[in-house]
Amino acid sequence: MRVNWKTYDPGHFFDEIISSPGYARKPARRLASYLRSLTHEALLERKTAAELAIKTMGISFTVYSDAGNIDREWPFDIIPRPIAESEWNRTSAGLQQRLRALNCFIHDIYNDQKILKDKVVPAELILNSANFRSQCVGVKPKFDVWAHICGTDLIKDKDGRFYVLEDNLRVPSGVSYMLENRRVTKRVFPELFDSHYDILPVTEYPAQLLETLSAISPRKQKSPEVVVLTPGIYNSAYFEHSYLAQRMGAELVEGNDLVVEKDMVYMRTIDGLTLVDTIYRRIDDLFLDPSVFNKGSVLGVAGLFKAWLKGNVALANAPGAGVADDKIIYTYVPQIIKYYLDEDPILPNVPSYLCIDKKQCQHVLQNLDKLVVKPANESGGYGMLMGPQSSSKERAEFARRIKADPRNYMAQPLISLSTVPVLGERIVEPRHVDLRPFVLQARESYVTAGGLTRVALVKGSYVVNSSQGGGSKDTWIIGGI
Amino acid sequence: MLLSRVAERVYWQARYLERVENSARLLSVFSNLLLDLPKGTKLGWRTLVQITGSEDSFDARYKQDSERNVIRFLLVENNGFSLLNMLAAARENARTTREIMPMEAFELVNDLYFYVRENAAGGVGRGPRHKLLDEMIATCQQLWGLLAGTMSRDSAYAFVRLGRGLERADMTTRIVDVGSYNLLPSLREKESIPESIEPYANILWMNILRSQSAYQMYRQHVRNRVNAVDVVKFLIQSEEFPRATAHNLTTLVKVLEALPNNGKALRQVHKTRRMLKSADFEALLDTGLLQYVDDLQVELAAVNDKIAQTWFLPNR
Repeated sequence: MRVNWKTYDPGHFFDEIISSPGYARKPARRLASYLRSLTHEALLERKTAAELAIKTMGISFTVYSDAGNIDREWPFDIIPRPIAESEWNRTSAGLQQRLRALNCFIHDIYNDQKILKDKVVPAELILNSANFRSQCVGVKPKFDVWAHICGTDLIKDKDGRFYVLEDNLRVPSGVSYMLENRRVTKRVFPELFDSHYDILPVTEYPAQLLETLSAISPRKQKSPEVVVLTPGIYNSAYFEHSYLAQRMGAELVEGNDLVVEKDMVYMRTIDGLTLVDTIYRRIDDLFLDPSVFNKGSVLGVAGLFKAWLKGNVALANAPGAGVADDKIIYTYVPQIIKYYLDEDPILPNVPSYLCIDKKQCQHVLQNLDKLVVKPANESGGYGMLMGPQSSSKERAEFARRIKADPRNYMAQPLISLSTVPVLGERIVEPRHVDLRPFVLQARESYVTAGGLTRVALVKGSYVVNSSQGGGSKDTWIIGGI
Repeated sequence: MLLSRVAERVYWQARYLERVENSARLLSVFSNLLLDLPKGTKLGWRTLVQITGSEDSFDARYKQDSERNVIRFLLVENNGFSLLNMLAAARENARTTREIMPMEAFELVNDLYFYVRENAAGGVGRGPRHKLLDEMIATCQQLWGLLAGTMSRDSAYAFVRLGRGLERADMTTRIVDVGSYNLLPSLREKESIPESIEPYANILWMNILRSQSAYQMYRQHVRNRVNAVDVVKFLIQSEEFPRATAHNLTTLVKVLEALPNNGKALRQVHKTRRMLKSADFEALLDTGLLQYVDDLQVELAAVNDKIAQTWFLPNR
């Protein structure tokens, strides 16, 4: 049996491979006909080979609840998701524009607060934000950049356009899986990586990341000492921390490997203490420094914040950068872009309703069964109300929460996520996907070729988070199209 | 720049892998002996438990030291002495040092772990046991080759060599113990070692050499027929044979000389070397090799302590 693109039915959703029964979209044509040339059994064999490769390569993520077996293999679907280069170039320009504007915004918030004085963004939204760090007021990081690494979640609606769903400016993860997915796909479909199909490489990310981190070093030297700060081997993203350190040739440190003396940061090595220039920290602001933030934190190191304030060490992302990735601030990003860059946003937001606005809140409360309600500061898909799938009890509970703390909630219509075929046991079927590209900014900015495509492996589901049954796919930017 | 914490994990990764390899060699000496000895000869399987220092733990679980029980205990069970557990520890150390070790190293250890986890229970039976143990020894050899062929001679590699060298020096003394436990006259009455094995002494020593892949080299360098004194001297005192204790201590000296603040560790290794060089094994084999080997192991443990104090402890 072979895949039949005539009976493959994505329903009323936008499918990224098939445009109408039997017809593939331009960047996907070669892939679709290649998949058609293999029997389903042959495809399943490739799938088994991919699973074996993932197991051997130790591509894993950590699940806290699975006591005993802390590392779980990364769920992966072998059918890649192709995107035309021309479309990607537009998207990439939009992502860079967005991060540039967000960095202007963060810098302004911690310095002159012009945007608040001009009442483009209400001041109380910022000053009451859980991610606003008053300790950072007056700081001027190198290049005025606070968020050096951003993971932006994009989705495609029925119209086939990319929309921004959220910005992740704190410690976005997933980029190692983007890189490893490509490595696995090359093993699984080596035939497709030939001169007839221009699949753009993704491998330069670690080098770009190292360049970004080196550029922000407080000292001028040829190769600054860059370290990756991880919460440790039991963190769910430990694989990624170790992977990126390995690929950059940077040290992977834990809090107790670091020590601060006279406001300088050192790491403990077998040669004694060694000065650290840039810390790519993969722990949250509040755990960075027990002498300033969370007193009980053992993940960070005392004195780190002061060393950063004095400009003796660079932190990426800078503490306080999260003030711009709150889901309420998100709704203001189009105005933020206009305000700082005097440009129209290239990438649209998903339409949103703010509960802090009385009229919009009324609308949300009346349409809870149609909307997706999100709290300002949760991530990983937690603490949300999926209106259309919710019970009346859940809706009543959310109505109560919204009324009690309107600042903390926003709502969006349920966007119809686009679909991509996944390989099932018997047939190839459409499943919903999103996309997380990674954007870097220091002196220059950079966007990955594609990003991490996450896929909801359960039929009809929109939940793509790996902690909740999601998987991932390789993303192909097809050159020349 | 090598972090102290990472140095410690690299060191232990190497130690555990070397321990896996040598324990597999130890189990295979016994399993091979069975094939060489005439039917009806009884082997003291308990020796394996004694050598690995796991008597208390073993006795808490088993009443009988039968082949099956001993093998199950040392191969698959969840205790600190089983091959599967050592391999899990090696893998955990490999997983947490991936940023500095060659990528293929983790993949190799990871694959071996899954292979052994799936096949260890089957290895309790004699048939599949050989294949399992051979596979483990071969993969460890492959790993050392991989590291030697792909790692720069930097401090990380130094700690690989320290961990492996010290573990190998120690394990070789334990393997020599197999022979002394079974054959020393002074022990025969005390520990009721089967009388019937005596005529097959050289078969035993030959197997001990084979377990360390040392038979050929012994033949080339020691012109005598296989006998207790020469085998023990070869395995403990040879400077040329890479699995011999003396050779590994010399390696430790070379590696330590390139590391900073090496004073304490070096002094302890030199002390241990003097103890090796001055030993008179002809006399010791008459009076009590066991005590000597025990003393040697205490000195080797002290080398470990000096290494930890110098390079790992500042981290705590």
